[in-house]
Amino acid sequence: MKYVDEFREAGAIRKAAEEIRRLADPKRHYRFMEVCGGHTHAIYRFGVKDLLPPNIELIHGPGCPVCVLPMGRIDDALSIAQDPNVIFTAFGDMMRVPGAHGSPLEHKARGMDVRIVYSPTDALKLAQKNPERQVVFFAIGFETTAPSTALTLMRAKALNVANFSVFCNHVTILPAIRAILDSPDMRIDAFIGPGHVSTVIGCRPYEWIVRNEHKPIVISGFEPVDLLQTIGMLLRQLKADHAKVENQYGRVVPWEGNRAALKAMAEVFELRPYFEWRGMGFISQSALRLRAGYAAWDAEQRFEVPGVRVTDPKAAQCGEVLKGALKPAQCKLFGKECTPEHPIGALMVSSEGSCAAYYNYEYRKAALTHVGASA
Amino acid sequence: MCLAIPAKVVELSSTEPSRALIEVAGARRSIDIGLLEEDPVRTGDWVLVHVGFALSKISEEQAREQLSTLAKLGESEAAIQEVTGYGGDSP
Repeated sequence: MKYVDEFREAGAIRKAAEEIRRLADPKRHYRFMEVCGGHTHAIYRFGVKDLLPPNIELIHGPGCPVCVLPMGRIDDALSIAQDPNVIFTAFGDMMRVPGAHGSPLEHKARGMDVRIVYSPTDALKLAQKNPERQVVFFAIGFETTAPSTALTLMRAKALNVANFSVFCNHVTILPAIRAILDSPDMRIDAFIGPGHVSTVIGCRPYEWIVRNEHKPIVISGFEPVDLLQTIGMLLRQLKADHAKVENQYGRVVPWEGNRAALKAMAEVFELRPYFEWRGMGFISQSALRLRAGYAAWDAEQRFEVPGVRVTDPKAAQCGEVLKGALKPAQCKLFGKECTPEHPIGALMVSSEGSCAAYYNYEYRKAALTHVGASA
Repeated sequence: MCLAIPAKVVELSSTEPSRALIEVAGARRSIDIGLLEEDPVRTGDWVLVHVGFALSKISEEQAREQLSTLAKLGESEAAIQEVTGYGGDSP
């Protein structure tokens, strides 16, 4: 409660929380997965869990692009960056993610030309300004980010910027949800659908979940009230034995998505036959690569990329946490070897990773309470 | 990572039809508006910006709500830093 009390919508929050208590069957245990890492962050930050009855469990899903990228891809990226003629560009989120021989930031400290960009268009601009250098953009992200990379590539092609290329690691959210549903140790009752991914793909692509799996899904906003309303909507569907796609975030998410963004993605990308997800293994048709028409801007074709699989440290249980089979604190390394200051697994690196979110909001809070109690 | 930042469009570029100037917390930056070509952006519109691209149009009220969500998530500084980072040193 302490996180949300200070906000002026406390009344609306209380009302939504009461509604949840009224709707939840005390004899039942509910497992809801929030797919999006932004939701995971919001849930911890706002203390949403504290507002829920104990029989509603929130499972943190795979929607943190930094967290699901396997270590081998980071090493591939860094092997490209090793070329002294390359200016290697990446989003700030990627800079601290450890590869087998250190993070991009550590490689920068060792003298590689690794630079943070905030937009793929900045990387393109850098290429135009440095025609004698090769500028490579490390593209990561779900459908929220992929259209921006697509449009940047379309601009690079139109302007014929030959020294620009993209190391493409874009992934798509639906195959990951499907993989989670197919996994034998997984029992999820319903899904909190991603907000900003859905501004691009719309609500229709989720219909197979309700049709084939008979699981409700509600696209949600990021405010505490949004999340609580969404949970209420899921409970109402379960109570009525309905399974449908609902849009709680209609004020931002159009049912049909963003057609121009989908068009740009279709122009530039095609599905990879399979792609490895950290902690989840290979998932078929779950990632994007550049189409033949854009091969000239594809860093994987322009540079030699080792493509070596790197397994995570054995003791790290990122995969189990990612699938919701383990809670972050149940991992052997959590809070000991692996902390946000010294992350071993990627779930500890990003603020959207469930381990970092849990560490920053729950674990520290518990530690403080403990210290307070013993003082 | 899927952080989307609300911003007001203050000027459309006269030289590049796909770019516009936005304002966030007093900072002005150039963004790409190509993803909204089916619903063209006008001066005064509010948009959600992600990695330097306008992703969707929103109302002014939604923009204020988004700003307050970012502030509550402790990410408004990151959001402003991200926007001021667009284009490196030059707007």
